[in-house]
Amino acid sequence: MAQRAGRLSFARLRAQFTKEVLCTLRDPRSRMVVFMPPLLQLLVFAFAATLEVRNVDVAVHNQDAGRWSHELIRRLEGAGFIAQVRSVGSAGALRDLLDRGKAIAALEIPADFSRGLAAGDGGRVLALIDGRRSNSGQIVAGYLSAIAAEVGAEAGAEAAPETAPAAVRHWFNPNLVYRWFTVPGLTGILALFSALLITALSIARERELGTFDQLLVSPTSTPEIIISKSLPALAIGSLLGLLMIAAAAGLFGIPLTGSFGLLAASLVLFILSVVGIGLMISAVSATQQQAILGAFAVGVPSVLMSGFATPVENMPVLLQWLAQGIPLTHFLVIVEGSFLKAMPPGDIFMNLWPLAVIAAVTLTLATMFVRGRLQ
Amino acid sequence: MNRVRHRRGAEIEGAAARRFDLRRLLALIRKESLQAWRDPSTLLIAFVLPAVLLFLFAYAVSLDVRRVRIGLVLESQGASAQALAAAFAATPYLDVTFARDRRELTGKIVSGALRGYVVIPQDFEHRLAEPGGRPLTQVITDGSLPNTASFVASYAQGVVQTWRAGAGPEAPRAALVLEPRYWFNAELESRRSLVPGAIAIVMTIIGTMLTALVVAREWERGTMEAVLSTPASVAEILIGKLSPYFVLGMLSTLAAAGLAIFVFQVPLRGSLPALLVLSAVFMVPALGQGLLISSLARNQFLAAQIALFSGFLPAFMLSGFLFEIDSMPVWIRAITFLVPARYFVASLKTVFLAGDIGSVFLPNLLTMAAIGLVFFLLAKRATRKSLE
Repeated sequence: MAQRAGRLSFARLRAQFTKEVLCTLRDPRSRMVVFMPPLLQLLVFAFAATLEVRNVDVAVHNQDAGRWSHELIRRLEGAGFIAQVRSVGSAGALRDLLDRGKAIAALEIPADFSRGLAAGDGGRVLALIDGRRSNSGQIVAGYLSAIAAEVGAEAGAEAAPETAPAAVRHWFNPNLVYRWFTVPGLTGILALFSALLITALSIARERELGTFDQLLVSPTSTPEIIISKSLPALAIGSLLGLLMIAAAAGLFGIPLTGSFGLLAASLVLFILSVVGIGLMISAVSATQQQAILGAFAVGVPSVLMSGFATPVENMPVLLQWLAQGIPLTHFLVIVEGSFLKAMPPGDIFMNLWPLAVIAAVTLTLATMFVRGRLQ
Repeated sequence: MNRVRHRRGAEIEGAAARRFDLRRLLALIRKESLQAWRDPSTLLIAFVLPAVLLFLFAYAVSLDVRRVRIGLVLESQGASAQALAAAFAATPYLDVTFARDRRELTGKIVSGALRGYVVIPQDFEHRLAEPGGRPLTQVITDGSLPNTASFVASYAQGVVQTWRAGAGPEAPRAALVLEPRYWFNAELESRRSLVPGAIAIVMTIIGTMLTALVVAREWERGTMEAVLSTPASVAEILIGKLSPYFVLGMLSTLAAAGLAIFVFQVPLRGSLPALLVLSAVFMVPALGQGLLISSLARNQFLAAQIALFSGFLPAFMLSGFLFEIDSMPVWIRAITFLVPARYFVASLKTVFLAGDIGSVFLPNLLTMAAIGLVFFLLAKRATRKSLE
């Protein structure tokens, strides 16, 4: 790009960079809005974004007066994921609690429950699960089945002890703390939205105010415009990302096992590819509103397909391919790998070159779009 | 044509000289509607983005795990070990890569090519013959993806358990069985609970984000002061500004609901009027929040950032749409009570999957309206202050 123009002036670039950074950060409110909310969000979402199930209520309608139903309820009350076991007197009340979402699961214990278990005939408990919360419902059903199996095992205690089917070891995150996954991912998402919004607005604002035409008739070359519009967002986005990585390691105590240098370099390249997308949006928008909404229309689907909410491999093959074109997909692999897996440079590089390709393509396209405006 | 319009105008004049001028209001609404309609970005956000989002929530964001890539290290050559390996290869939920040595697989877990591996040890036959001894197999997972990791662990254990129950010499013992029955979503497709929730996200974008931008633009350009100095009252101006977006939001909801029902096969077990009432009431806090943001921010960049971080992201993360509210720590659960989308998501899931349940809708409707009222009162105060 630079050779082609041959008119790249460093002094001019520096002046423009200073002007752009001042434009974004001059207003104290803007300064606050650029840095404070993402850091606050990191704090809140780190605890909110979890697919674990905790603290749910379970309803029980017990028609059995025997020993084993009491044992079952006692174990439910002791279970860590249940906040409260609500005993009700009728099947109708059970249904009502479930309908109103007051309980995620409702157990119906039949009258002959203890008798059957004691006689060695086994027993059956009907568990009604709220399918509106389909994922949590399945997890709760799994937990409840395990508790029922324990009670069943105790009732038939004379049987020989069983060999455990497997010894499980979770690498990188032995206790499966969900936050260790969310927080590194959130650094990418929050930095993405900040950088995308700042760049999307950059050219569009000038165009809306009419100053873009003045910029075009000035001696500034197109690559200079692109560079001066990218650098502030690149600097702010990277700084924000680094702050959040520091918070993840320092505040949340997530082990940063990989190379910090490589992670920081990847972050800059990631932000650069996002900046390229933002500039493309900005170049085709006539107003700030269009730019912001365009950034949204690109940013939200990117987050959904990146593998943060649910793994990329759960998606249909076609969408998996599409996900490869999203910078966040690759950065997530790098940031999760660098934090938890001590990912070696070779694996990081495998996810780094797609970022470089995306950055090169989007920045070139953005330059072409701006140049197209000149003709 | 002319005569009809004239007569209608006269009627309106007669009916509405009480608090504000209805004809002026209609003119304002007409102007704002045209402005909204002519901007391609409005249509993008109101109709294209919702369709894309619904599609993604229906097909891309799937909490239903399928074909997780795992490795299988077969150290034993015994017949039982081979049979267990075959059982692993046959399950539809796992995509198994075989290996002779576990060292081959370590790197693949680090790079993410595999999500875990199962080791069938050398003395597997011996362990099988000796009840109460050491665990039969070893399962290693990639804990950096906690959800997938716990799926791999529990599913692998299940495969071993099932295989042993089928192959073992002992007769199956009578045990206590929990029979789960899923209400409202018997097929257990996560899409059915995600798609209704996605409508809440779409409405938040239209109500809060779009309104915040539109009104902030007027402030930024100084045209808000100009409009305020006309005979039009503040109420007229605001109603004129907001009603096109209210209509747009409702149209977008209808379109999204149609897509959900007819394309993505989500049942609507409640009634359409209930859905419309819920959506209309949700627009009150959504629009109120947008208005408040714009009158505080007064420029589009600030408004967009604030709307993103106070409207969109909380609706996404704190509404119970994707992440279970009960599982969050107490102080975050306290914050979720302030997020209007929380009440809307719960109502939407109910109206789509369960039916019209008044005891769910009523408290949610009242809370949404109350939050909306607070937003509007705050926005009114912020607007008045600025003119002094």
